[in-house]
Amino acid sequence: MTESTKTPATTPVAKPEAVNLEDAVLVGGKVSAEERFYYASQWELIRWRFSRHKLAVFSLVVLVIIYILATFAEFFSPYTVDTRFDGFQQASPSKVHWIKPGGGFGPYVFAVKRELDPKTFRFHFKEDTSQIYPIKFFVRGERYKFWGLFYTDWHLFGIDGKQPLLLFGADKIGRDVLSRTLHGARISLSIGLVGVMISFILGVILGGISGYFGGVVDDVIQRIIDFLLAIPGLPLWMTLAAALPRDMPTLQLYFTITILLSILGWTGLARVVRGKLLQLREEDYVLAAKGAGASDWRIITRHLLPGFTSHLIVSLTFNVPGMILSETSLSFLGLGIQPPAVSWGTLLQDAQNLVAVAQQTWLMIPGLWVIGTVLLFNFVGDGLRDAADPYSR
Amino acid sequence: MAVNTNGTKNPLLIEVQDLKTYFFLHEGLVKAVDGVSFEIREGRSLGVIGESGCGKSVTAQSLMRIVPSPPGREVGGKILLHLRSKDSNVEEVVNVLELPPNSAKMRSIRGKKIGMIFQEPMTSFSPLHTIGSQIMEAVLIHEKNIDKKTARLMTIEMLARVGIPNPQRLVDAYPHQFSGGMRQRAMIAMALVCGPSLLIGDEPTTALDVTIEAQILELIKDLQEEFGMALMYISHDLAVVGQMVDEIMVMYMGMTMEYAKTDDIFDDPLHPYTVALWRSIPKVEGKLERLRPISGTLPSPYAVIPGCPFFSRCESRMKGVCDAALPPLIEAKPGHKVRCFLYGTSSAVSQGNDAAGNN
Repeated sequence: MTESTKTPATTPVAKPEAVNLEDAVLVGGKVSAEERFYYASQWELIRWRFSRHKLAVFSLVVLVIIYILATFAEFFSPYTVDTRFDGFQQASPSKVHWIKPGGGFGPYVFAVKRELDPKTFRFHFKEDTSQIYPIKFFVRGERYKFWGLFYTDWHLFGIDGKQPLLLFGADKIGRDVLSRTLHGARISLSIGLVGVMISFILGVILGGISGYFGGVVDDVIQRIIDFLLAIPGLPLWMTLAAALPRDMPTLQLYFTITILLSILGWTGLARVVRGKLLQLREEDYVLAAKGAGASDWRIITRHLLPGFTSHLIVSLTFNVPGMILSETSLSFLGLGIQPPAVSWGTLLQDAQNLVAVAQQTWLMIPGLWVIGTVLLFNFVGDGLRDAADPYSR
Repeated sequence: MAVNTNGTKNPLLIEVQDLKTYFFLHEGLVKAVDGVSFEIREGRSLGVIGESGCGKSVTAQSLMRIVPSPPGREVGGKILLHLRSKDSNVEEVVNVLELPPNSAKMRSIRGKKIGMIFQEPMTSFSPLHTIGSQIMEAVLIHEKNIDKKTARLMTIEMLARVGIPNPQRLVDAYPHQFSGGMRQRAMIAMALVCGPSLLIGDEPTTALDVTIEAQILELIKDLQEEFGMALMYISHDLAVVGQMVDEIMVMYMGMTMEYAKTDDIFDDPLHPYTVALWRSIPKVEGKLERLRPISGTLPSPYAVIPGCPFFSRCESRMKGVCDAALPPLIEAKPGHKVRCFLYGTSSAVSQGNDAAGNN
């Protein structure tokens, strides 16, 4: 500016102090515990609010335990998946007793004898109270290859003696349902996580492209989503599963099923991502980042996605049980994981007939695990949703 | 090329020729910028004045190619940017409009060659990252050989320069911990940290109160001189702009109405619109007069106006003349251009790049 003296109107351009006092807001320094709340990061706030949600915390702990059980299934289960106990076909669950007849305290089971009911021609398992088998912890039992790495024979618990410990009973060829449930948890639980991971990647990428770029790309992706949502899920899975070769190796089958589930699973997430991006891309700071020369990729990953990470995590948590249920239903119908591979779905296949429902109710125990896991995930998701909502108190 | 109006010998930095930026909306076509031409020389400054919705901001966004698209698109004209590196005299002229908006070349111009201060300091920082990390981001994007530590030092230095107290500590503060004035200072630091040749201020003080506004204006002016940058200052406040710039361009409905040196515009405003703008500003000195606002409102942006866009509100309008054809932008006095039939209609004086009578 050169000759401002000629300005007809005077503007209040006063010589300011270098720093306006009002501007001199200080940050950091010593903060009291009360003030910590105001300076807490978003994640700290979410953690604090989540920890106040008792049911969610409890569910999270139980879920972690279940996942640990599944991860170290060989160790926690008393037998391997394929161990068959002759003479114990369709054995009912062993009853655990605590007070020993001769005095003393500790878990034990009685010996059982199989008897044929002359009227119904069904086998009954009767306890023989003369002989007790105490349940021991950290015992050496069957040899197994831990994670395919090394051989060991340590188990968390077991009993010595001629008869097996069947806490969840045995199936129709005499295999321990508890051991099989724990092993089956591996496929059922991991398919939820892996499937959600894949649909997360698909959903974020496609939803991101759709929401950020808009226009024709958006239209095309949205119509694809509409199309996928219009297809009834079960028939589609059945068709796809039927197209798979029967003799596929288990691992390959596992991943194929996971991908099949993800193909339909990503659509909801993509919608969430798109909606959020449509909203956030109008923010001034996106324009400012553009003005500073940031690339589209950088703007999406650094300025847009972090804005709704908490939403994403919540919707992921809600997606996991859906995946688990889908796998279970597919395997239950014999279209997913195939025996001899074990998942909760294949275990429930044994409980398909009326006889099982009426007489071998323990075969449905894997179903209880499915229900429990799904409920736990929903509780955790609920807690997370409340915690991630910045307006909740 | 337009006549060198400011008489300085500084080399040209940016030439805008007949820029047209249209918005293709469902409701109709909005000619946000309709044939605007201007130039800024190195170290000089241009003020762009006009009411809300006259195309000031879109002009600035066109220079940086950040017009929201769709629906906006630069449909015509040229924006020639003269790129010179500080060490050599090699000059590269780029037509910015020919570069794809997302190309690496365009991104290297944004932020590095042209810095922009945005209108809303409150929302122009992402709430998720610290002020420092967002300023550093600009450095790290453009200077590949600068490591994080150096970038941080540069950021702290720049924050200190724009008057942020205790920059070593506040570099790690989040935007919500800053007041509006501080955020605008930080915004300026972000625009300047890469040492741009042209600084665009898009109404940078609109959201601030008057005392802070004065400080920010002072700061921008000081920094412009210190860094030897060219400045394009957009405002609706004629008085504010008068303090800041060498030349003024008055815009109305996406067109240049008057374009001259600041002193000429202040001493002898030619266009009825400029005159009317003057009369609507309260004066502190002199006789107390009743303010006379410009009557009427802006025409609908979708309206197709055959004549002068200011016709409906003009006090000196000539029926049958002004509403019949668009007046060309003519050089009424040396270096003083105006788009008005009051100062002659001769096509001899009209500029070649000004399609007279288009509608």
